[in-house]
Amino acid sequence: MLVRLNVNGGWREAEVWPGASLLSMLRDDLGLWGTKNACEQGECGSCSVWLDGELVCSCLVLAAQADGRHVETIESLSHDGVLHPVQEAFLEAGAVQCGFCTPGFEVAVADLLRRDPHPSEETVREALSGNLCRCTGYEKILDAVRLAADRMDQVTP
Amino acid sequence: MAVEARGVGLAGRAGRIGTSAARIDGLPKALGSFAYGSDLWEEGMLYGATVRSPHPSARIRSIDVAPALALPGVRRVLTAADLPARRRYGLEYEDQPVLAEGIVRYAGEPVAVLAADDPEQARAAVAAVRVEYEPLPAVTDMEAALRPDAPAVTEVGNVMRHVRIVHGDPDARADVWVEGYYEVGMQDQAPLGPEAGLAIPAPDGGVDLHVSTQWLHSDRRQIAPCVGLPEEKVRLHCAGVGGAFGAREDVSMHIHACLLALSLGRPVKMVYGREESFFGHVHRHPARIWARTGARRDGTLVSARVRLLLESGAYTSSSSVVLANACTFAAGPYEVPNALIEGTSVYTNNPPTGAMRGFGSVQVCFAHEAQMDKLAAALGMDPLELRLRNAVHTGSVLPTGQTIRGSAPGREVLERCAALPMPPDIPPTDRDRLTLPGGAGNVGRGEHIRRGVGLAFGYKNVAYSYGFDDSCEAAVRLERGIDGPVATIHTAAIEVGQGLHTVLAQIARTELGVDEVVVEQPDTEIGSGGSTSASRQTVMAGGAVATACATVRERLLARVVEALGPDAARGPLRLEDGRVFDGDVPLGGIDHFLDTPVEAREVFHHRPTTPLDERGQGENPHVMFIFGAMRAVVEVDEELGLARVVQLAGVQDVGKALNPRGVEGQIEGGAAQGLGLALLEEIQLRDGRIANASFTDYLLPTILDMPPVVSAVVEDPEPGVPYGAKGVGEGSTIVATAAIAAALRDATGRELNRVPVTPDELAGLAPARTSGGPAPIPDVPGPRAVLDYR
Repeated sequence: MLVRLNVNGGWREAEVWPGASLLSMLRDDLGLWGTKNACEQGECGSCSVWLDGELVCSCLVLAAQADGRHVETIESLSHDGVLHPVQEAFLEAGAVQCGFCTPGFEVAVADLLRRDPHPSEETVREALSGNLCRCTGYEKILDAVRLAADRMDQVTP
Repeated sequence: MAVEARGVGLAGRAGRIGTSAARIDGLPKALGSFAYGSDLWEEGMLYGATVRSPHPSARIRSIDVAPALALPGVRRVLTAADLPARRRYGLEYEDQPVLAEGIVRYAGEPVAVLAADDPEQARAAVAAVRVEYEPLPAVTDMEAALRPDAPAVTEVGNVMRHVRIVHGDPDARADVWVEGYYEVGMQDQAPLGPEAGLAIPAPDGGVDLHVSTQWLHSDRRQIAPCVGLPEEKVRLHCAGVGGAFGAREDVSMHIHACLLALSLGRPVKMVYGREESFFGHVHRHPARIWARTGARRDGTLVSARVRLLLESGAYTSSSSVVLANACTFAAGPYEVPNALIEGTSVYTNNPPTGAMRGFGSVQVCFAHEAQMDKLAAALGMDPLELRLRNAVHTGSVLPTGQTIRGSAPGREVLERCAALPMPPDIPPTDRDRLTLPGGAGNVGRGEHIRRGVGLAFGYKNVAYSYGFDDSCEAAVRLERGIDGPVATIHTAAIEVGQGLHTVLAQIARTELGVDEVVVEQPDTEIGSGGSTSASRQTVMAGGAVATACATVRERLLARVVEALGPDAARGPLRLEDGRVFDGDVPLGGIDHFLDTPVEAREVFHHRPTTPLDERGQGENPHVMFIFGAMRAVVEVDEELGLARVVQLAGVQDVGKALNPRGVEGQIEGGAAQGLGLALLEEIQLRDGRIANASFTDYLLPTILDMPPVVSAVVEDPEPGVPYGAKGVGEGSTIVATAAIAAALRDATGRELNRVPVTPDELAGLAPARTSGGPAPIPDVPGPRAVLDYR
């Protein structure tokens, strides 16, 4: 079936099988590899994207369900190589190791800080509890969230 | 796109050793543009998939591939009958069939592989291959496997290896004895990046395999004979690695993808889904450990008697070495003048086990630290005091007879750990519910909370042991770049996420006085880098790069002397800030002397080691040791049987921290994996079948499960290695599980002799594990691997 999506501001289409997930369409048909496939059942958050502005696991959304809608992926966070403050904070805080969970985490953190620019530690932990990281033990990811929140606060008081 | 990863180097500009330099691969990873094995793509590629046995033990009566071949898009199905050359492979012994031949020995064993035009067609084809099995009795318990009437899992029986360490007088008398029995469940490495690779047939009849791995040359040594090619025609290139932790030390899809690609003359990509990943790599060895520890009244250890079983599963993988490690570290990092340690690794029809972070030390640390706490209680001594009294130090003799000659700051590690700040003890009623056991599920209200504190101390070898020479080769090129001199590093040493390539760049900046360093993707165009395991790459790849840089520097300075004349140089010549200095006098930019590049290639070896003899003794079985200590604070809601770790405080002995923030990341991440084994993570086997092969059912620690980790390092340089730096990858994993278990015992007063600890055990609804006594000693000669006797 033909599915047409607005991805990161531009309309794209692909012929997919009816059971195809949004994740597989983004990766296999549109070449957007930044969205990762680690569990394919909504447990790890590696495939986090925005669907009409709402944070979703793209492995749990059928490509067909996303037809005609707006999708933003990790590739939308940076512009012409200029990093989003969340991406900068992940690098500076040492929150990136193998990096496989990183795009999903960055999308989830950017989503959290859009909704709540000054989250408490408990809020951060709850908001990110759907994202698994096997490398860092999360300590540096929490540092990155704090750093990004401080920075974004200074930019938009 | 894949092949965008080919030959691409990642460049970084700042940070010498000892600084928390930015990751050289950080930018593409943060952008999402870093190419992992699962991101590879090549024009015209097909998708491979694997048919796996549903039975833990069965005879294959027949395989009918015709229904699969009849499906649209299916290009090829291969079974054992189609294998072109060698039919078995393995990390230590070639005992694992490429595709099952007549018999399957574990549920999940590959029986056929196939390739189709797209992944969905491949999946449908897997279901269409008709395999007729005759189920056979399965041996799914490691003690049952040792009974005389047990069916033989392999051609050589069920004993993989037996190791016996006899030291001093094992019958020595002690004032106080404590006994314990301990069990460790099967943990999965669960790297987030799945097993993945892309095999591309080459015009010369060879194959190029781009793959996520830990050791390219070991993979190639196993692949080449099975695809019937000389090694030089099997070229491996490292694709981005999404975590490893031991899971990528063995071959997974490598041979299958190469066979399909070579037989079809087309590129074939294989990516395991999460469920298949649980079947597609080896796991941590489950263990059963019987321990008896004797001490004098003053707390001085007299004797350790340990018998242990490790479950190897259906094939060997690295089981023989994991067993040797478990045995050599079974008495803990303590001076024990008398010891009898007997260990056996056992074949069963459960999934194969092998390397995982900690490699045998994790299991025995859980046991020896529980024994130390029991002993402290029996003696009425403080557990820290007891450990400090007995901790090994430089000059101590280990149960193998090895005298520690290098750095061994165990006591300092323990003392620093005990001195780290404790977390605040805020009454449960004054806290966010998320901080309560069960709070995340909104079931805990904090009425029945008990807090406990536990301490664990452990140690492990760095690099390979027992006489194995695991060298690493490095090539370094210094040349003129656009903005100044550029150093390019080429090794086959794999970056798995731990930060190795950043550290290699830091070493080159330090040694060559340049800013810009490029680290090329590892491949088999250069000599082996050895495995990224055993906490060895900082020492080994770091050593190779430091040595190659020293040769480059020497050659460059020879040019300088040649250019300026022998009398021009008055002080020692050195390289710094992109310039050549004569003492403190700058002679000009390094660039100036780089009309042609300066290159060097060096191979680094660590000090030689020796095998264990028939009494488990050796002059030098291990190269060097790392020590770790951890203190855990936990809270347990005894009504719910739920626990929450409040804080982990860890100290690690690192020789020198080349990248302090990277070291912290290793301590914190290793602690999380130890927490997983203590409370959450176990592969559940039912009659040999994995019952929880998903992230829904196999529970990894989330950000809600992880407490704050406070950490510190002890820098006591190891002699004879660059900068005195030891490895850092495994220390905290070894001790975290034991520390949390100790804290849970402190909170509940229960025995808790098995990890992961379950809610029923915490709530007192399930008793401690018992055993009828130590497993029998198998009737095999000496400490060597049984397979050696064939």
